[in-house]
Amino acid sequence: MSNEMYLEWYRQLVMIRRFEQKSSEMYQLGKIGGFLHLYIGQEAIAVGSVAARQENDHVITAYRDHAHALVVGIEPKLIMAEMFGKVTGVSKGKGGSMHLADVNRRFWGGYAVVGGHLPLATGLALAEQYKHTDSATLCYFGDGSTNIGYFHESLNLAGTWQLPVLFICENNQYGMGTAVARASAVTAIVDKAKAYGLPASQVDGMNVMKVYEATQKALAAIRAGEGPQFLEMITYRFEGHSMGDPLRYRSSEEVEKWREDDPIGILERHLLSEKLADKATLEQIDKSVEQELEAAVKFAEESPLPSADDLFAHIYVEA
Amino acid sequence: MARITMRQAISDALREEMHRDPDVFIMGEEIGVWGGTYAVTRGFYDEFGPERVRDTPISEMAIGGAAAGAAMAGLRPVAEFMTINFAFVAFDAIINHAAKVHYMFGGQMKCPVVFRAPGGGGRQLGATHSHTPDVIFAHFPGLKVVSPATPYDAKGLLKAAIRSDDPIMFIEHATLYQIRGEVPEGDYVVPIGVSDIKRTGSDVTIIAYAQGLQVALSAAEQLANEGIEAEVVDLRSLRPLDMGPALESFKKTFKAVVVEEGHRSYGIGSEVVARLQEEGFDYMDAPIKRVAQFEVPLPYSQQLEQSALINADRVIAAVKEIL
Ligand SMILES: Cc1ncc(C[n+]2csc(CCOP(=O)(O)OP(=O)(O)O)c2C)c(N)n1
Ligand SMILES: [Mg+2]
Repeated sequence: MSNEMYLEWYRQLVMIRRFEQKSSEMYQLGKIGGFLHLYIGQEAIAVGSVAARQENDHVITAYRDHAHALVVGIEPKLIMAEMFGKVTGVSKGKGGSMHLADVNRRFWGGYAVVGGHLPLATGLALAEQYKHTDSATLCYFGDGSTNIGYFHESLNLAGTWQLPVLFICENNQYGMGTAVARASAVTAIVDKAKAYGLPASQVDGMNVMKVYEATQKALAAIRAGEGPQFLEMITYRFEGHSMGDPLRYRSSEEVEKWREDDPIGILERHLLSEKLADKATLEQIDKSVEQELEAAVKFAEESPLPSADDLFAHIYVEA
Repeated sequence: MARITMRQAISDALREEMHRDPDVFIMGEEIGVWGGTYAVTRGFYDEFGPERVRDTPISEMAIGGAAAGAAMAGLRPVAEFMTINFAFVAFDAIINHAAKVHYMFGGQMKCPVVFRAPGGGGRQLGATHSHTPDVIFAHFPGLKVVSPATPYDAKGLLKAAIRSDDPIMFIEHATLYQIRGEVPEGDYVVPIGVSDIKRTGSDVTIIAYAQGLQVALSAAEQLANEGIEAEVVDLRSLRPLDMGPALESFKKTFKAVVVEEGHRSYGIGSEVVARLQEEGFDYMDAPIKRVAQFEVPLPYSQQLEQSALINADRVIAAVKEIL
């Protein structure tokens, strides 16, 4: 692992964290509407796993998608503008927080119907298998999504057809207010994947280095022709499910305990103790993130709204 | 010109498109080794192999979603639902994903998938297997919905659907598979979203599609024996809906009957009637009639089932009411 890579991971972790905090602020100011799902606490998963992808790998995820959009390389200002409903947004103001995508980066977006994108991921992988490429598809979803039919049909199909897809379950312990054990007959989610013949392992989802390593290994297995793979990332969402979550379903002690494993703190301690970076370098990164976010908000503020004509654009490719 | 069945016409369209474009492939339950439950894809497995003729598990959600995903990534999948009744299980994949990604992501991606689905009543299959739910799919912008009534249109429309960059629901009425019609040799397409006059006449306009069109034509023939000349318009596509020929005809006959196999309430007929009165109010000489399936789940017992479905007699009676 090069120093540069560690520092880039650190930058991305901080960027996601601060981006989410900024989004929350903008939401409270009424600049962002609709639903807003924050990724705070889960940052290491998007950062570590996308770092392990090769350029032609696909990425697709659920509505908690800001982080994935950022780490595939979409500029923060284009995401902020999307959430402000501006025409300069990644999805031209038609998608919002839950529907960010950039096809040029092979990021197929966030999807807001729980589990609905799992078969899409399976189809992306099918297309690559059909074309005999070495591209894999990274498909992210939550613990709650493993209870919907889409999950089971997609894993079964991927297993049957040996499709090059990596299913990444971000087990943040809850689907909205429902703890895993209250909704899933099998609480080790890897066991569900194993039932469909997929090699599956649990990973410390708070540690970006472990996420990276596990993802690299899984992608290598896919490219070696070993078929679809499954990773269960053990993590926690520090904030509510979405804005306005009354948080009645968990104790503050529980949250505090998980916060000790803050993914930024884990990497920061590693960098400092191994002398891979000094405090000043990290502070410099923090500052540059701050500046980029200020500029992003300014860009979103100043961007134009979509026009009346945009309403009817893109319903069909062919009129 | 050869007279072939609608089954053959659809099969030929699929086969020719698979030969024309290596990105076209088919997937669905029992389409391969079995040859298709309606035998539309018989022989395809041997001809094209398991890569391009993909037997799927019984997983409608995954069939709908994976076909959409493969289309997003650049392929041209034709996914078959064994019957349209089972496409209900895949409704979310079709409506929320295939039909929405182009718009929802600001035009970045396209989803050129074709969903083929045999449907319709009249075969004593009982309440769950006899739906004609075409209007439900036609409700949503983003999806195109096509349902042919003749072998010629079936072949040309399916080719157009496969070549289209938009997601398309291609609905085949299962009782039409055996009907025969003239189909020319060689390649042609029938454009999506264009209605067609199937019979000319000056006394009344009958607007229909798919199996309803065949019922309308047979009613028109019997009416002709009594000296009543009906003009019969075939909608062919339900979305986009081309009202041009129907309106033109209505402005000539001043009277219209709309025929469909689906239920009457909130149906295709409701939409067509609404548009006729909005755009042709000054030409209206009589109430516009709707002939459609009665508001009951379809029963098994043959006579009972037939009594709930449309037939030529009901169309004739509707015409006579307004003449
Ligand atoms: C089919 C469907 N049912 C219900 C919802 C409402 N809903 C949105 S998110 C969510 C919880 C999903 O939990 P999980 O998969 O664990 O993801 P997380 O939010 O924890 O990231 C629910 C029930 C939905 N969007 N789609
Ligand atoms: Mg969860």
